[in-house]
This record gives sequence, structure tokens and C-alpha cells, in this order.
Amino acid sequence: MRALALAVALFALAVVPAGAQEETPLPKQSWSFDGPFGTYDRAAAQRGFQVYEEVCSHCHSMNLLHYRDLEGIGYSEDEIKAIAAAQQVTDGPNDQGEMYQRPGRPSDAFVPPFANPEAARAALNGALPPDLSLIIKAREGGPDYVDGLLQGYKNPPAGMKMADNMQYNEYFTGHQIAMPPPLAGDDVKFADGTKATLTQEAHDVATFLTWASEPTMEERKFTGAKVLIFLLVMTGVLYGAKRQIWAAVH
Amino acid sequence: MAAAPQQNKIVRWIDHRLPIFTFMQHELNEYPTPRNLSYWWNFGSLSGIMLVIMIVTGVFLAMQYTPNVNMAFDSVERIMRDVNFGWLLRYLHMNGASFFFIVVYVHLFRGLYYGSYKEPRELLWMLGVVILLLMMATAFMGYVLPWGQMSFWGAKVITSLFSAIPVVGDSIVRWLWGGFSVDNPTLNRFFSLHYLLPFVIVGVVVLHLVALHQHGSNNPLGIDRKGPQDSIPFHPYYTVKDMFGLGVFLIIYAAFVFYMPNALGDPQNYVQANPMQTPLEIVPEWYFLPFYAILRSVPDILFIPAKLAGVLCLFGAIGVLFFLPWLDTSRVRSARFRPVYKWVFWLLVIDVAVLGYCGAHRPEGWFILAGRLSTLYYFVHFIILFPVIGWLERPLPLPTSIAAAVTRKGGAPLGAASPMEKH
Repeated sequence: MRALALAVALFALAVVPAGAQEETPLPKQSWSFDGPFGTYDRAAAQRGFQVYEEVCSHCHSMNLLHYRDLEGIGYSEDEIKAIAAAQQVTDGPNDQGEMYQRPGRPSDAFVPPFANPEAARAALNGALPPDLSLIIKAREGGPDYVDGLLQGYKNPPAGMKMADNMQYNEYFTGHQIAMPPPLAGDDVKFADGTKATLTQEAHDVATFLTWASEPTMEERKFTGAKVLIFLLVMTGVLYGAKRQIWAAVH
Repeated sequence: MAAAPQQNKIVRWIDHRLPIFTFMQHELNEYPTPRNLSYWWNFGSLSGIMLVIMIVTGVFLAMQYTPNVNMAFDSVERIMRDVNFGWLLRYLHMNGASFFFIVVYVHLFRGLYYGSYKEPRELLWMLGVVILLLMMATAFMGYVLPWGQMSFWGAKVITSLFSAIPVVGDSIVRWLWGGFSVDNPTLNRFFSLHYLLPFVIVGVVVLHLVALHQHGSNNPLGIDRKGPQDSIPFHPYYTVKDMFGLGVFLIIYAAFVFYMPNALGDPQNYVQANPMQTPLEIVPEWYFLPFYAILRSVPDILFIPAKLAGVLCLFGAIGVLFFLPWLDTSRVRSARFRPVYKWVFWLLVIDVAVLGYCGAHRPEGWFILAGRLSTLYYFVHFIILFPVIGWLERPLPLPTSIAAAVTRKGGAPLGAASPMEKH
């Protein structure tokens, strides 16, 4: 019992920093990747990628991803080649010492919308859109946060003074966000015919971004199941061995 | 000490020249161990195993990691995404730090409860405190390596502490940084030291074990072994018990690594370090929170400014542990026979938990008062209560021997129980 109490105390300490500031509580969504057996809903992730491509990617980079990674959400090799080839990539220098443009290859990293942060700021009223590769792991609340934020635009409460070019968002720290509402519903035409409501788009893009943050999650959970089964059996056998060996001492 | 009866010719040939087999025979098969060690005694070997896990995973991570401010963050993500089982190595290492501290803290509190620091184990205890200090330095520098926001700002806050030292403080900070801010030279030296210190820890662990084997383990009764009836050989009894405990431990550790690998970390550390943008809250990893609370709680003391006082108390909180063998005036080791200390011990556990809770929150409102009171209690506990309780307390009568206590099952008034006792 004491061991348990101590363990609880130690873990309580670890969990404490979470709810440090008062915010509107995020609605808890249900995700295909929840729980120890959860996997990524491939169709949702592909729809989410479509939203990213057609909307988010105009401002947000995903520097840690390569087109080849898209295999992880079920795209075929040919589809990936086509997705990559639609982008122009700066390569070089060639044997003339010059940089040149060429169509993207699966091994290329996602092409960023801006050459550098300064260019982004210059184009976007001084705001710098964060890279989205790790956004789910980098925010308290993860997918619930991104899902909530995308749908969290409201009129500011009466009396609140908004800074120039700022939008009111329920779930953003301080409630003033520089990003204009990116999605309104029907922003894309989903290839699989799913109706592109705002809720659907937000949910799908959050699924895609979660996969992007943690592409090895399925392998991790699958390996974990095997490891835990092994450990449980091994520990059971060791318990038996321990009882057997100690029987004489008792 | 008679040499082990070695059957194999080759073994005998080697042993005659390099007595490793005799050594193992002596330290494992013959090493007499009290027969009544509880599962709390598993945490010593668990600490050693965690150290090995950390070194092994760390060596492999270092093969892929790049200690450069422009590449460190991405190289860690490359390990997570592109290196075969890189995610496993990194999550084992990252969560391993937390579990290493859990195990070591339990080990330490076990020593406090059963008086394992008392004569003749003072140096054994002090070497343990040295290991703890080295671990803290190693963990701190390791946390800087992924070069996330919390890495950077944590490094900045903690290294800046040294500026509190009068006169030379600023020079020391610049010397630690290798420049005028936390930057590439800082990252490089932290990587170098983070790789070095674990091997220093291994060295101190060897000394810790030599000191342990000199007088053998303490035990839940806190009385010395008086004869062969009190002890059993370490192998196979405690090897199998340690292995079983290891199994249970690994199950919990694996549950975190595979199913909630980021539960103990801060999301901010998945944002690349940005020296131009301070996070809303700078909090260390959970295992440093009680010390962080002490640092932030201490007000100005007389002519000592709060910052310096905080730093002194921070180091004092560990430093005081070195003096425990002499601060504790009771000659009875185990709290089981100390009716007052038995309860006061739990006050310290609660106090450290409160400190940890305060450390996780901004020092505002009642957190200031709670932080100060729990900091005060921490030092009062060791410096005042330890000697005073020892003087005033009337310990319960000690059993005549371990065997006597263990075999008198049931109606024993001593609370002494079977060697299998679980708490």
C-alpha cells in the first residue's frame, strides 16, 4: 500500500504542471488513434492531408516531413510520386554553379510556403505561422486543441479591445490570434465524397497532424503489446521461481 | 576464503591468474545477506539496472544525435522518424530518466526509513548522495540536448543561478556558457559532459558497492546479523527476488514507453529553442520540482538577497543529506522500533510532495506561503527534528536476532514480520 501511495504521489507531481492557466476547457473528442490499440484512420488522415495541401500549406510549413512519409497514411508509391511532382523544388548547384527548379521527388521534404521566417512575416502582417510537423505534441491538449482552435473563432466579448489584424479565438492563449479563420466548411472538395463540413475538416486535419507528429505510433503500440506480453509471462515465471526457491526459507 | 571448487580446467587456469570466478563466488554465492529483506530492498539493484539502460540507449542515441544549435532539434526528430527503432531508443532514454529518479528516490527514502545511513554505513550513504548529485547534473544537461524551448530556458535559468555568487558570479556564468549567452558552445560542452558523467557515476557506484559489501545490507529490523541463522546467500535468493522485482518494474516502465511516452514531459520541448521568445512558464522536469520550489520560495534572509539565499538552500537541501549520519542521534536504525520517528518520516514524504506541487506552479497566492513553509519544514526536519527526536524518543525493545524475529510469526509485538513482508 505504501508503495502504491508513493507511486501515486510521484506521478501526481508529474501531472501537475498541465492545467497551469485558466482557459475555456477543450471539448474532448474521440479519435481513431486513442487507446492502446488505436490506429490512424487512413481515410481521415488522407482527407486531412488534402485540407493541409489546399488550405494550411499556403502559410504553414511542415519541414520534418518528406513526401515518401505519406506511405504511412496509405498513399501508394505512384500517388506519392504525383503529389511530389506537383511541387517545384529548388535544387543545385548544377555543373554551371547555378540553382535550378525541378519537379519534386518522394525523397524531398515538404516544400515550405516561404523561403524564411522573415519572408513569412513580411507577407503576413508580421505574424509567423508555426511549423506544423510537431504541433500536436507541442501543444497541451494535442489533437483536441487543434480541433478546438480551428472551430474556436467567435466574436470578441463586449468590451474586449482587439489589436490590429487579430482574431478572437476561444482556445488560444490570451484569445487573440493572428491567424484569420482558416476553415469555414466547404473549403475543399474531398476526393472520397465526404461532406466537407467545418467539423469534418477540423477533425480530419487534426488526425493528419497527429500522424505527422508521431508517424511511428502504430509501430510503437504494436511493439508495446508484444513487449508487455513477454514481460508478463517472464514476470509470472520469475514469480514462480521466486516462490520455489524461497519455500525452504519460510 | 577457500577458492570455489572449480571443475572446469580452463576456468581454473584463468582463476589462478585472474580470480574473477573466486570473486563472483565470494560476492554472489557466499555473500551473506539478511534473510528478511523486504521488496523495498529491490530498488538498489533496480537503480543499477536503470543506469545500464540509460548508458546503453544513450550510447546508441549519440550515434545519431548532432550537438549543434541549428541541427540538434531536427536530429532528435530524425531519430524519432527515420532511424530504425530510433523512437524506441529515444523514448526509453527520455522516460528512463524519470524512472531512474523514481527508483533512486524510493531507494533513498527506504534508507531514511530504515536508518541505512547509520554506523557503520555512513560512507555508503554519502557515496549515494554523491551519486544523486551526479545524476542531477547529468539529467539536467541531458534535458538541454534536444534543444527545445524548455531545454534552452531551463539551461538559462539554472546556469544563471551561479550569478548569485557575490563578486565572481557573472564570470562563472560566462565561463559555464562559453560565451555571453546559452549558445552552441554551451550545447557542445553539455553533450560532452552528459556523455562523461554517467561513467563517473559507474565509478562511484563501484565504490558504493564495495562499501555495501563491507558490512552487508541493512534490513527492515535494522539489527546486525549475529550468525549464520540470520543470513542467506545472495544467490539464488536475492538474485531471483531482484529479477522478479525487475519484471514488475519493467512492465510499468514499458507501459509508459509504449503507451504514454510523453506523459511525463512538457509539450513546450517539442518547440525548437527560440532565444527571442520566453515560454509562459519555465518548469523543470518533475524530478526537480521540489528543489525548484525551494529555490523560488526563499525570501531575503537578513543581508543575503533572495536569489543567493535560494541557491544556497537549493544546494543545502542536498548537502544536508551528507550530515544525516551525525544529525540523527538515535542509535536504533529501523523506524519500526522508533515510535515517534516512524510518523515524522511520513511528514517528510508529504513535505517533499507539497514542495513538488509548489514547484509546478507560479509562486503566487498561497503557493508562496506553502512553498516557504514546506521549505522551512524540510530543513527543520533534518537539522532540528532529527537530533531532538533521537534524544527524546524511547525506542521499542529490539529483537535479539533476525532469525528470532522472523521465526516468531504472528503474535510478535515488534511488528517484525516474515521476510516476505509487503507494505
